[in-house]
Amino acid sequence: MKKHTITFRLNGEPCTLDVEANELLLDVLRDKVGVKSPKAGCERGDCGSCTILLEGKSVRSCLILAVEVDGQEITTVEGLSRNGLTPLQQAFLNHNSFQCGFCAPGMVLTVTELLEKNPHPSKEEIQEAIAGNLCRCTGYQPIIDAVLELTKK
Amino acid sequence: MTIAHRFDYERPDTLSGVLDALARCGGRARVLAGGTDLIGWIREDLIAPDVLIDLKALDELKVLHCADGVLQIGAGVTFNQLLESDAVRSDFPLVFEMAGRVASNGVRNRATMAGNICSAVPCNDSGPVLLVYEATLHVAGPTGTRDLSALEWFLGPRKTALQPDEVLTGITLKKPEGRHGGCWLKLGRYKGEDLAQASTAILMLENGETRIAFGSVAPVPLRAPAMEALLKGRTPDAALIAQAQAMLSDLITPITDVRASLEYRLHMVGVMLERGLPAAAERMNGNGPDYGTTLI
Repeated sequence: MKKHTITFRLNGEPCTLDVEANELLLDVLRDKVGVKSPKAGCERGDCGSCTILLEGKSVRSCLILAVEVDGQEITTVEGLSRNGLTPLQQAFLNHNSFQCGFCAPGMVLTVTELLEKNPHPSKEEIQEAIAGNLCRCTGYQPIIDAVLELTKK
Repeated sequence: MTIAHRFDYERPDTLSGVLDALARCGGRARVLAGGTDLIGWIREDLIAPDVLIDLKALDELKVLHCADGVLQIGAGVTFNQLLESDAVRSDFPLVFEMAGRVASNGVRNRATMAGNICSAVPCNDSGPVLLVYEATLHVAGPTGTRDLSALEWFLGPRKTALQPDEVLTGITLKKPEGRHGGCWLKLGRYKGEDLAQASTAILMLENGETRIAFGSVAPVPLRAPAMEALLKGRTPDAALIAQAQAMLSDLITPITDVRASLEYRLHMVGVMLERGLPAAAERMNGNGPDYGTTLI
């Protein structure tokens, strides 16, 4: 099968590599590029642990082929926190929002996207935004509390 | 987990390029839009295409446009674009209500309405809504273009009227004449889950017509003409709703599977009528719960 040379921007840096058409973006990011914050969870789009921002929008990297993102811009948690924790990450830290941390990168990116569009979301809007990000540790309450406290100011 | 199956990938930048690629591959290709169904199917070995033809370089398919009560939805338009459109929200509120319940935000950023009806799983969300709006579907093929009614589209589970050398390029909806109101009811295990256990679309028109379509309770999304005839021109009071509920077991054929039992689906569609018919009538009259409010 034909190799495709793709170039995309990852956390602001250009990234060029050769991929086959059947390589998933999640696998390429983790195994070829070495960006480990997107996690392989359900691998069918239900759990949100593989979330990345593609052109600023949260998407499931387990349901996207690497070859599809040629020419596009990808942001992961590594890029967000390059200059230290973001206020959102700090709020999650203050509230002990995560226990095992597996869902955390997806939650951080999903809520980052929400706050770009809606800086003062209601509890219901937060719940709706993270409805596709499953957390099996904390019961969501400290995640929602952190966002509410951060955005009420 | 990687995809074991190997295939080629093409991203033409013109519609004729897409059609040429489809013609060349003779049924061994699949068209890729958002990929939220397709990529999963390939990984699970449900399908094994030799080539994927990506539509995302075609700007002409990304058009979402509303003028004079006609809404054009290009095949590349995502559910979140529909959800964020003021024209969709004001003139096609069932599309708004449905789009907001498709899977989760991260899927809606990628998944398209056209892809949803091309996947054509029995629980697809777009089908019942397009059936009650009697949408027109635009198809391009090697010999030109053709239009189909949504009523002709679904032939069976994952089977549509689209031929292997054709591509669905867009969907057109006409705003109903006069006042109208309706609702989209979707039963799932939790918000953020994609697959409906049962769904109902209801659209009431000022001329007394009530259109009803069901999803997840038959091999294809389907309209219910017998029930629509019963409801025509009448106010949905408790007695009329009970009559409509009594017809359900003759109209729909739900199955028992891992997500719900036949009995539960049948019962819950009855509940949907009980809550949805009055809500649709209230919304037509300018009150009732806001669109997007969960009724079930």
